[in-house]
Amino acid sequence: MAVLVYAESLTGSIKKSALEAVTYGKLAADALGTECIALTIGKADGAASLGQYGASKVYNVSTADNNFDSQVYAAVVADAAQKLGADTVVFSHSSTGKSLAGRVAIRLEAGLVTSVLTAPTNGFEVKKGVFSGKGFATYSISSANRVVTIAPNTFRPNASGSDATVETLDVAVPAGRVKVTGQATVDGVVPLPEAELVVSAGRGMKGPENWGMIEEMATILGATTACSRPVADIDWRPHHEHVGQTGVAIRPNLYIAVGISGAIQHLAGVNQSKVIVVINKDPEAPFFKAADYGVVGDLFDVVPRLNEALKKFKANN
Amino acid sequence: MKLLVCVSQTPDTTTKVKFSADNTAFDTNGVQYIMNPYDEWYALVRALELKEQLGGSVTLFHVGPKENETVIRKGLAIGADSAVRVDAVASSATFVAKQVAAYAKAENFDVVFMGKETIDYNGSEVPALTAELLDMPFISYANNLKMEGNSATLSREIEGGKETMEVDTPFVVSCAKDMAEQRIPNMRGIMMAKRKPINVIAAVAAEDLATIVRYDYPPEKTGVKLIDPENMDELVNLLHNEAKVI
Ligand SMILES: Cc1cc2nc3c(=O)[nH]c(=O)nc-3n(C[C@H](O)[C@H](O)[C@H](O)COP(=O)(O)OP(=O)(O)OC[C@H]3O[C@@H](n4cnc5c(N)ncnc54)[C@H](O)[C@@H]3O)c2cc1C
Ligand SMILES: Nc1ncnc2c1ncn2[C@@H]1O[C@H](COP(=O)(O)O)[C@@H](O)[C@H]1O
Repeated sequence: MAVLVYAESLTGSIKKSALEAVTYGKLAADALGTECIALTIGKADGAASLGQYGASKVYNVSTADNNFDSQVYAAVVADAAQKLGADTVVFSHSSTGKSLAGRVAIRLEAGLVTSVLTAPTNGFEVKKGVFSGKGFATYSISSANRVVTIAPNTFRPNASGSDATVETLDVAVPAGRVKVTGQATVDGVVPLPEAELVVSAGRGMKGPENWGMIEEMATILGATTACSRPVADIDWRPHHEHVGQTGVAIRPNLYIAVGISGAIQHLAGVNQSKVIVVINKDPEAPFFKAADYGVVGDLFDVVPRLNEALKKFKANN
Repeated sequence: MKLLVCVSQTPDTTTKVKFSADNTAFDTNGVQYIMNPYDEWYALVRALELKEQLGGSVTLFHVGPKENETVIRKGLAIGADSAVRVDAVASSATFVAKQVAAYAKAENFDVVFMGKETIDYNGSEVPALTAELLDMPFISYANNLKMEGNSATLSREIEGGKETMEVDTPFVVSCAKDMAEQRIPNMRGIMMAKRKPINVIAAVAAEDLATIVRYDYPPEKTGVKLIDPENMDELVNLLHNEAKVI
């Protein structure tokens, strides 16, 4: 009974999160003593490369288009799982994967766990973060079929094997009821949920006119910018940058927080970052308790200095 | 418009999380509960706005024991017309979805509103499970919803941007930030809520296919390393050589 990974390609080519999903699929397949196969739907440039991340076979359903309708895609994935003899289906924990996982779980009568952090052990036990990073829960799936979504930035893709052959898979594609009319993404910027480096700032910045130095730091590092909630609420920054309990939850390698106090609701969305740097003039700011590195000082002095140091570092590395 | 809004409750966002001594249960001692912010701020308020604009009714739906009625009353005080409570512990997402589907199937709701996720277990599971059980289209993480007749225009959050779409009723929508503005219940709403009906129904049978067997605390942070604000070269050096993140 194979592990089937749905590899996303809504923009027409395989996404980075799909490489992570296949990396996980391979780990899960090894743990379960089976093989990992990948499924793509519609146009999916780069599908063969999934072989390098652990997929022994890649299938494509070419009769479906790239307009996302969870009802259509779920029917395709569930049918493919049955046709290919898969009892475990893996999705990214993305806007697409999360919309599909539940639907596929119903179709396969499968137990569902979202945003998992570990490969299955002990039958099928997987761990996930709960209570906004204040704890972990280990779930056990008792059903014969299982569906999981995997936490982003957790299973780092490492190309090793060779390309897989891509085979066309013949499954019925039902008519959709959702008509996608447009898609707008900010070009050239890594979306926050996928970003490995994030530079974030809060109310300590005093006003939107001061964000130049934050954007400069992000440019030097190749990082994505984020902000605290009040900053988005007063329109200093766009809403999609808001991280925290009610914003985007992220787990980058590096989170640099400038002029953010570190309220519990802010921490909830960022406390799973691997390394946290806090720059704040108040030594009592709660964020320092969650930080790995701290700089107590006025951000208007510290940030320009840090940008200079980063530029020097980048010039030599 | 006949609208259903599914609401869950969650520990207050400032709750200190504790587990039982054997780490198999969440310790609810002293925990204050609130309505899940996505349900209260976005799903419920957008449903109320649509009712105000187009007429119809807003029904709250909650799976949980009697003590959770405080949360339901708050939803009624904000403006919902009535509520249904399934008298059972919400033991898993599948269990909850089966309750919503069993109830909604016969009721012909135009739109089933949910929150994008519950902020305690961060599942984001119930909406898609429910949509499939009801065989309805599903728009997830919607941040805008407009109705004209029985067709809806929506936009939803996707990684690094947004997507827009059209769909006809009936459908399931899970709501994210920007969908609406939070409403604070006023005195009149609170008084009126006391007289609004909460219809208590029994649960339909449903198996939990995934259950929690153990909880753990996150590893303790080893403590912050403070760096001289004059010496940012040192910070860069640590990020490169010690933390290895740049
Ligand atoms: C239900 C609920 C959900 C919430 N969800 C979120 C969420 O998702 N995300 C979120 O961010 N918040 C959220 N909040 C709000 C949260 O509680 C805080 O109010 C918010 O995070 C504070 O933002 P801030 O740190 O930017 O501002 P402040 O708390 O005002 O902190 C500003 C910081 O900047 C420092 N500072 C000021 N000047 C300087 C200077 N010159 N140099 C260096 N440092 C300086 C100050 O010392 C201070 O620590 C939520 C609240 C509630 C009740
Ligand atoms: N016990 C419950 N009763 C009613 N609705 C619920 C319940 N649990 C979850 N929901 C709905 O499902 C959404 C997503 O929850 P979850 O899948 O648990 O993250 C919530 O925002 C609610 O709208």
